[in-house]
Amino acid sequence: MLVRDDLTPLKRTPLHGLHVSLGAKMVPFAGYDMPVQFPAGVLREHLHTRSNAGLFDVSHMGQIALTAKSGRVADAAAALEALVPQDIVGLPRGRQRYAQFTNADGGILDDLMVANLGWYLFLVVNAACREADEAHLRAHLSDACVIEPLTDRALIALQGPKAEAVLAKFCAEAPAMRFMDAGPRKVTGIDCVVSRSGYTGEDGFEISVPADRAEELARALLADADVQPIGLGARDSLRLEAGLCLYGHDIDTTTTPLEAALEWSVQKIRRPGGARAGGFLGAEKILAHFADGAPRRRVGLRPEGRAPVREGASLFADETGALPVGKVTSGGFGPTLSAPVAMGYLPTALAAPDTRVFAEVRGQRMPLRLAATPFVKNTYKR
Amino acid sequence: MTTLFTPDHEWLHIDGDVATIGITDYAQSQLGDVVFVELPKVGRTLKKAEAAAVVESVKAASDVYAPISGEVVEVNETITAEPALVNSDAAGKAWFFKIRIADKSELGGLMDEAAYKAHTA
Repeated sequence: MLVRDDLTPLKRTPLHGLHVSLGAKMVPFAGYDMPVQFPAGVLREHLHTRSNAGLFDVSHMGQIALTAKSGRVADAAAALEALVPQDIVGLPRGRQRYAQFTNADGGILDDLMVANLGWYLFLVVNAACREADEAHLRAHLSDACVIEPLTDRALIALQGPKAEAVLAKFCAEAPAMRFMDAGPRKVTGIDCVVSRSGYTGEDGFEISVPADRAEELARALLADADVQPIGLGARDSLRLEAGLCLYGHDIDTTTTPLEAALEWSVQKIRRPGGARAGGFLGAEKILAHFADGAPRRRVGLRPEGRAPVREGASLFADETGALPVGKVTSGGFGPTLSAPVAMGYLPTALAAPDTRVFAEVRGQRMPLRLAATPFVKNTYKR
Repeated sequence: MTTLFTPDHEWLHIDGDVATIGITDYAQSQLGDVVFVELPKVGRTLKKAEAAAVVESVKAASDVYAPISGEVVEVNETITAEPALVNSDAAGKAWFFKIRIADKSELGGLMDEAAYKAHTA
């Protein structure tokens, strides 16, 4: 999504100079001048991440420290539970969890990562939503919490099957981390916050590093023969193959977590019958979806032909029906599968595996088969 | 044989009354890795500036417009089977289609190589 006022100069991440020196093709993204691809190109970058390790600059994403005024992280966790349907109170120290900020209608304002770092909650939010998220947090949590945007930090993701071995050379504790572990770690002697997570479906890490040490760290990681720089193009194709939602496309204020097939991210304790059921914005609608089902669902789609079916394509129940029943919210070519893949929304009655639907592409109806996501098996180290 | 170019980054080899049409090396470099190509049907009559073919990279779909009017007489199925050929040999083996030129006066509006180079500079 391109969110930019043309009068506003593009912001630069601490790795901007590095990208340019590596020959990146830079594009505006969420107000930042970001690398969409490096000289290797999207296809090779994608495949390299799946077979070796890719380094991603995700410094445009918002990093926020949420600290309870009481000094107890449990109070920050309890406060945050008013804004997300996830179990944050039960999130142990050193662990991270995927969450969504919901609105009063049960829609999704943003999706985010929440880590319990012991003395504060560490939030990573989408770049395009960062300012709205900060305002949302201030409006609802200022009584109990201090909301501190961590603007002096960069965020570097290292993803792929070689990520662990590479990071181990700079951070001896990295291999002992499990998927969704998060906490302060020294990386080449730099004080970082490291989580074992990512947005590619691969095992990997995200490293929050002081802005003034970011290039030094990125260059150290890139010096490893297994590591290549990866742009936003491959980041998108990797997350699509992994069946992961892109905010503003697959999820937004009009989609509830259940419609988005994100119920796995809502722990039982916050669902109907749970000890802390509800108590978040939009709980009425979201709990009703748990009880009665959602009217529509996000599904994985595999076009039967070779043509990619892209975002915005209307979906039809049959080859001739006049009325669309849904639409594609993300779609493209999956380099790992060497085939097109897509995601979209369909009425729940049509959202059964192997159902055949049709997308309209350039005036023609193309058949697609509903498929389980992830399209490419994830390799998280649980 | 004359080679002409359009501002939309297509090339035309003119051989008598038949034009072979493809996209330029500059165009393929801008598109990135080509993963899908859709070609017009042989026998279809194209009007100048009509969408004639589709070329898709990992990220985006682009139309290839008919640079001149005429009937499609041959298409290059090699590139539908192997879209990556568009990246590796855009100006050669990865031609898209051939059309029988309907109106030679339309060629007058196209660029020669020097003009195209200036256009992309």
